[in-house]
Amino acid sequence: MRVALFITCVNDTLYPRTGQAVVTLLERLGVEVGFPEGQSCCGQPQFNTGYRKEAVPLARRYADVFRDYDHVVVPSGSCAAMVRDNYPRIDAEATQGAVARTYELTEFLVDVLGVTDVGAYYPHTVTYHPTCHGLRMLGLGDRPRRLLEAVKGLRLVELEGAEECCGFGGTFAVKNADVSAAMGADKARHIEETDAEAVCTVDNSCLMHIGGTLTRRGAATRPVHIAEILAGTEEARL
Amino acid sequence: MSGTYLGMPSFPRAAASSTRDMRLRGNLRHATHTIRAKRAQAVEELGDWAQLRAAGAALKNRTLRHLDHYLEQLETAVTGAGGQVHWARDAEEANRIVADLVRETGESDVVKVKSMATQETGLNEALAKAGISAYETDLAELIVQLGDDLPSHILVPAIHRNRDQIRDIFREKMGSWGRAAPKNLSDDPAELAEAARLHLREKFLNAKVGISGANFMVAETGTLVVVESEGNGRMCLTLPETLISVVGIEKIVPTWQDLEVFLQTLPRSSTAERMNPYTSTWTGTTDEDGPSAFHLVLLDNGRTDTLADTVGRQALRCIRCSACLNVCPVYERAGGHAYGSPYPGPIGAILTPQLRGMQSELDASLPYASSLCGACYEVCPVAIDIPEVLVHLRERVVEGGTATVRGQRTTIKPAKGHAAERAVMRAARWTFEHPRAMRTGQRIASRTRRLTPRRLPLPGPGRAWSDSRDIPRPAPESFRDWWRRTRGSGSAGSGREGGDAR
Repeated sequence: MRVALFITCVNDTLYPRTGQAVVTLLERLGVEVGFPEGQSCCGQPQFNTGYRKEAVPLARRYADVFRDYDHVVVPSGSCAAMVRDNYPRIDAEATQGAVARTYELTEFLVDVLGVTDVGAYYPHTVTYHPTCHGLRMLGLGDRPRRLLEAVKGLRLVELEGAEECCGFGGTFAVKNADVSAAMGADKARHIEETDAEAVCTVDNSCLMHIGGTLTRRGAATRPVHIAEILAGTEEARL
Repeated sequence: MSGTYLGMPSFPRAAASSTRDMRLRGNLRHATHTIRAKRAQAVEELGDWAQLRAAGAALKNRTLRHLDHYLEQLETAVTGAGGQVHWARDAEEANRIVADLVRETGESDVVKVKSMATQETGLNEALAKAGISAYETDLAELIVQLGDDLPSHILVPAIHRNRDQIRDIFREKMGSWGRAAPKNLSDDPAELAEAARLHLREKFLNAKVGISGANFMVAETGTLVVVESEGNGRMCLTLPETLISVVGIEKIVPTWQDLEVFLQTLPRSSTAERMNPYTSTWTGTTDEDGPSAFHLVLLDNGRTDTLADTVGRQALRCIRCSACLNVCPVYERAGGHAYGSPYPGPIGAILTPQLRGMQSELDASLPYASSLCGACYEVCPVAIDIPEVLVHLRERVVEGGTATVRGQRTTIKPAKGHAAERAVMRAARWTFEHPRAMRTGQRIASRTRRLTPRRLPLPGPGRAWSDSRDIPRPAPESFRDWWRRTRGSGSAGSGREGGDAR
């Protein structure tokens, strides 16, 4: 099984720890992973802002870079959703294979590897925010929760209004800064009310917005990507 | 007379002030969350919701594809039943037709049942100019009209008002429009409803002309259908001598049997009721019962242009249930007025720019009034992929392209004010196409990361972001560099380099 990582431009530049956690986790589960260096961005910011033409070469590049792999694993619900939902609208023919092979991380673990207990240890209280693209475009369902519930030491607490958007939305956060901030403030308030030590999602872009809002409010809860929780063990904590 | 949408600011500017209005936010939050939970329950009850949704979408799609055929069938049926059909290309023409019809009756007062089409055309203002007073009779529309306000929700036009505000409006304004409210009127809902009932009863009994919209028109029989909760609509439809219905051409269904699907999905999606309290249907005129004259004004006003767009046309499937407004986190914070149209919320963000075109700053900003969270698509009972249409319209805003305007295929220029953004997007593509350049950029960002402030004092996008959130800093080492350092450039099964060698 040839598995490639698509690390996404946000993870690559701002949150490399997430990528490292994915490598640690998958290798622990016996998966040999590759990182084709020709990869760049999925094109989501361009596509969603209306610059479809700018996204076309990025979609084709993605299809080309990952051509020789059986599976592509993406630690981002929104980038995986971009590939699966929007590439067919951009260039269905060229991207067909890549679309079929692309999995968001939790999907890959549960559906392809068939595991929910990945042998992780994380002795903290965690609340889970299901990101919009993971929830509605990918239909991740309870996969992330099942993975989290199997983590040793982890106590999962419910989040009020969990299924409501945090207000990031890519360029929405800039173009409609006031509405985005109002949505973020409500999300942060609900997170604070859980008293959890960490808030977890399948997407660093949402976490960037949520985390930035939480720290500005002086909240104690810290943002953490699900891969970083699943990668830690009793022997080797991240 | 009610306010006007003309000259309203762009969505972000209008929304900026509404997000700071805590009373408005509270009113909206309470109302939308209540109806949201109820809707979910009402939908849950039906085992075949997914099939009903698919059937509704398919029915509307087929009807839209053959709209010309069904409209002609409708005209024949309405005429055969004693009604008269008028075709209105745009708002101005529709208003002129209605004003002329009212003048012919010699009346100067008309009662209206909630009609979005006439809100879209600004009929009340046009009638006022012609010396005709139009009285809104839907309770929420009455509140909006008395308050010299604009509707802010499709189903609950006065959703932005709470009962204190409604009591004040009734006390201050009812008297100048007809029967005054009692002096000691409290904010008790039953008292408010009674005041409205007495005020409206007087209007119904005196009215000789009624104006309505319609939820559906049945092509095979020429029947119009209104669903409502209050019964005021039925008064407007049955008491006057002349009835004028102004309806968008997309509201057609081929057969009586097709209503079966929508009479299940519409009430559950909008009011979370299994069945709406009043379903009124009328077909032409009937001897010695109901209005003796019936006019149907079929309104285009941008609809055939919208129909010409293969992606955007799905907005015409809309049955105006307002479920998308009630789940929308953006609507909840921005409020309905920020959308500058009788169609607020997610559906408004795709319908308004298509019906009006995107020449104004407001209309060009509407496709961006969404975080693309997809909650609207999920609840839509006719499965309109609102995020898909939003992105499609964004492309038209920034890149221009071909569109149909008043029946002519036209090349549209990009909207103003996107040049800098377009340059950034193009530069970004170049960088992403050259991962080696991207790596260089990452390294520079990493080395200067300590210089990146958490808050930006400058104007522009960074400021908008950092007003409420800390800006993330680039990592000291990118994943790419970490991989190289720890695994070497030749990764296990590294596959293709994807053109990085250029």
